[in-house]
Amino acid sequence: MSRLTDANVVIAKEIIGRYPRPKSALIPLLHLSQEQNGYITREAMVQLGELVGVTSAEVYGTATFYEMFRFEPVGKYLINMCGTMSCALMGAAELMHHAEHKLGVKAGGTTADGLFTLAHAECQAACTEAPTLQVNYRYRFRVTPTDFDNLIDDLRAGKLADEIPAHGVLAKVRQRIPADKGVGAVAPEDVTEGPAWLDGKPAL
Amino acid sequence: MSSYPHAPGFIAGDRPKVVTSRFEFTDSYTIERYLATDGYSALRKALAKPAAEIHEEVKSATVLGRGGAGFPAGTKWGLTPQQVWPRYLVVNGDESEPGTYKDRLLMERDPHQLIEGCLIACYAAGLSQCFLYIRGEMALAQERVATALNEAYAAGYVGKNILGSKFSVDIVLHWGAGAYVVGEETALIESLEGNRGMPRLKPPFFPAANGLYGQPTIVNNVETLANLPWLIRNGVEAYTAIGTKTSPGTRMVAVSGHVKRPGVYEIINGTTTFRDLLYGEEFCGGIRSGNKLKAFVPGGGSAPWFTPDQLDLPFEASQVGPAGSMLGSGAIMVMDETTDIPAAALTLTHFYAHESCGKCTPCREGGTWLERILTRVVNGTGTDADLQQLIEVGTSICPGDFPHASNEALGLSAVPFPYKMTTICFVGPSAYAPIHSALTLFRSEFEARVTKRITIPVTAVGAAS
Repeated sequence: MSRLTDANVVIAKEIIGRYPRPKSALIPLLHLSQEQNGYITREAMVQLGELVGVTSAEVYGTATFYEMFRFEPVGKYLINMCGTMSCALMGAAELMHHAEHKLGVKAGGTTADGLFTLAHAECQAACTEAPTLQVNYRYRFRVTPTDFDNLIDDLRAGKLADEIPAHGVLAKVRQRIPADKGVGAVAPEDVTEGPAWLDGKPAL
Repeated sequence: MSSYPHAPGFIAGDRPKVVTSRFEFTDSYTIERYLATDGYSALRKALAKPAAEIHEEVKSATVLGRGGAGFPAGTKWGLTPQQVWPRYLVVNGDESEPGTYKDRLLMERDPHQLIEGCLIACYAAGLSQCFLYIRGEMALAQERVATALNEAYAAGYVGKNILGSKFSVDIVLHWGAGAYVVGEETALIESLEGNRGMPRLKPPFFPAANGLYGQPTIVNNVETLANLPWLIRNGVEAYTAIGTKTSPGTRMVAVSGHVKRPGVYEIINGTTTFRDLLYGEEFCGGIRSGNKLKAFVPGGGSAPWFTPDQLDLPFEASQVGPAGSMLGSGAIMVMDETTDIPAAALTLTHFYAHESCGKCTPCREGGTWLERILTRVVNGTGTDADLQQLIEVGTSICPGDFPHASNEALGLSAVPFPYKMTTICFVGPSAYAPIHSALTLFRSEFEARVTKRITIPVTAVGAAS
């Protein structure tokens, strides 16, 4: 059950078709796989290798380099607590301490009900709104311990289901290039002349 | 000085707005709003002129790169070899330098402006495909840019024969997956090829000549490209009328940490000083609770630190460099007098040690050593030998004098930026930068934390008799 579904294979092929070389689609496809299963499985990596024409070892090599890919199940909600400079200056360590108590797990752990995974994270590009956290990559700014408690209670009660999808779903909107509008990707070796709008002139 | 609740973090002012003019609208990210506010008119204007003319305009406006290095975009485009096809545009939206965020706001709040900027760049430099690489952790930015691209394709602004012309280009939205080092342009290209995001050696891999798939590739930052629609619409003269000759236009700057009003500001390049930014009423309004300023990081986590001595420097690379630091990615992190300096340095060193890709030994090993030694010092279990060890490890990553600011009280004169390095990219030196700054400027705080080693004279009494 961890290979891509038929519907997702269609999406995968559409994504691969946008790149001059299929391997370029690997990271977006890993996201697609994680969206379907919540994490990346061995079978998924074998299949992605087949789809883009590389070995599963190469897929593994790429996938394990990137922090967002998980190779074991995580909670439905992955809570990434920023701890880099600006957040640290504004009390990130104390907030993490509070979060560990509230959830009853240490950073890196998952709650027994499988709902929450608490994790240390690096700079989340919201430094003026410190301390920050992300739940499945959705921001919460200037988080106080009370804010954190309310967030957890709301997530438990399912109140934020519209805003925050389960772990793995990154963007709820996908790019779609209509067949009649797109230029289409061409392998670099098949391009022999300059773009039409330059009329054969150099581009300076 | 108003802030917009729908754009958390951004604080507007009565200054010229080149890239944030639409932020006041709650629907700034929609194509309707974009078209109602001059949207895509720069593209129309550009398409009516030969590509070389648009390139010339960008060149003569000296649009400085906003990603960190500050290299002029027009000049960068001109470095591509003649008559080698295809060429690509790779948009660097992998913003992850500690303290920095402006690209995220530009992608979330005005994605069409970025798309129009990409189109202008592709048209001017003859780039036949564009890849918009957005940091993986930015879910909202990805949704907004995906929606905008879908709208733009449907309306005929992107794709085949744009606006009925010969100009055709695809813009492909690409997701990152969490790796700081991918913000480095050659690592970004590696990642876009589906590999581990490790930087390539330059030479031979200068992207302009040998980039994506070995083809000429332009890598531009999001904010840099977002400047282009305004520039083409209003002309070079209007653009260079803002700011100074060497640093024209505006710049987005994020000021975080211990200030009264942390936020992202669009400031005038070249003339605004750090004092204006930190203390000005239209900006941050001073240090929190009336505290004194201890130090600040002027250009993202990688930059050597400044103290109040450097407050009057303007946002001008030709002055900040000789003063011992860099403007980098437009991120200022402010530390007031209550800051525990060794602990603050540790958070940054931890970041760079964690984000090392592992390709170069001095960074992979050195970064981790620096972190471990500094952790010991911060926890109070270090010795004075550890302080010397920090400098020795740091010097192995960056041989010679490491840049630092001048300091009157300590009798220090400035060592100008940049540093020498034994690594391919700047991640290694960045792990050492906060330690070097903190140790140079605040050594007593480290010494108060470590125990002095006492040398006990040992004689081998009775050992060999």
